[in-house]
Amino acid sequence: MTLSLPSVLLVGVFSLFGVGLYGLLAVRNLIKAIVALQIVVKAVLLALVLAGNLRGQVNLAQSLGLTVLVADTVVAVIGLALAVQVRRCLGTLDLHALASLRR
Amino acid sequence: MVQIVILAGSILCAVQALRSKRLLVSALWLAGTSALVAWLIYLLEAPELAVIELSVGAGLVTVLFVFAIHIAGEEPHALDQALGGKLPRPAAWGLTGLSIILLMVLILPGIGVRTSIPIFLPFAEVLWQQRGLDVLLQVALIFSGILGVLGLLAGSEQPDPDAEKEIS
Repeated sequence: MTLSLPSVLLVGVFSLFGVGLYGLLAVRNLIKAIVALQIVVKAVLLALVLAGNLRGQVNLAQSLGLTVLVADTVVAVIGLALAVQVRRCLGTLDLHALASLRR
Repeated sequence: MVQIVILAGSILCAVQALRSKRLLVSALWLAGTSALVAWLIYLLEAPELAVIELSVGAGLVTVLFVFAIHIAGEEPHALDQALGGKLPRPAAWGLTGLSIILLMVLILPGIGVRTSIPIFLPFAEVLWQQRGLDVLLQVALIFSGILGVLGLLAGSEQPDPDAEKEIS
């Protein structure tokens, strides 16, 4: 049984997605959580382009990928701004410390 | 074959980005991931998106990360924030595995199916005519991003103690 290149790439994309998702679930540092989110989005972007390549509609995939990329960047910027403000107010980037906002 | 090597490299960079103790090093590994993903996108015949990913993902976002880490600073006690904390590791592994299995169940059956005849339209035509609403959405998102940068810059302003003394 031989795996085709798209199948191998898809397995790799799933792995990249898994790494990012595990990071999102496991890390406690707010900035590192944003890093993990970025990794997940990279995997999604890659999957989108791969799907477009397989279907013969790369330009449509590029167009959709561009929207994903812009949204991803904005999420990163807002997340980092939030992290800076949290650090200034609470003195830590630990996500557990954010629980104090409930009080 | 080269695609597989690049993808393996990007996964390695991603793992290192999450494993490294220092946030700055983590941001640099993320930039490496972005660069390799951009290269892979280029090899998948999507050069326009590859260029944007390289400049925005590996360039702009990394600069923003470095800037934010410079303002916020590293955590004084390195906790074991690298990995292990929010959820117990077995639970995190289990949820990740479950998510990947569900994704595979959803995606893999559709791989060989060709639902439409490939249509080769230029990128500009697809972007500006077919996906015009997306472009408007991107403009709105970029505006939100600018507000986010303003928030980031507002965080960097330190109060001047001398000025406070003069006032009092």
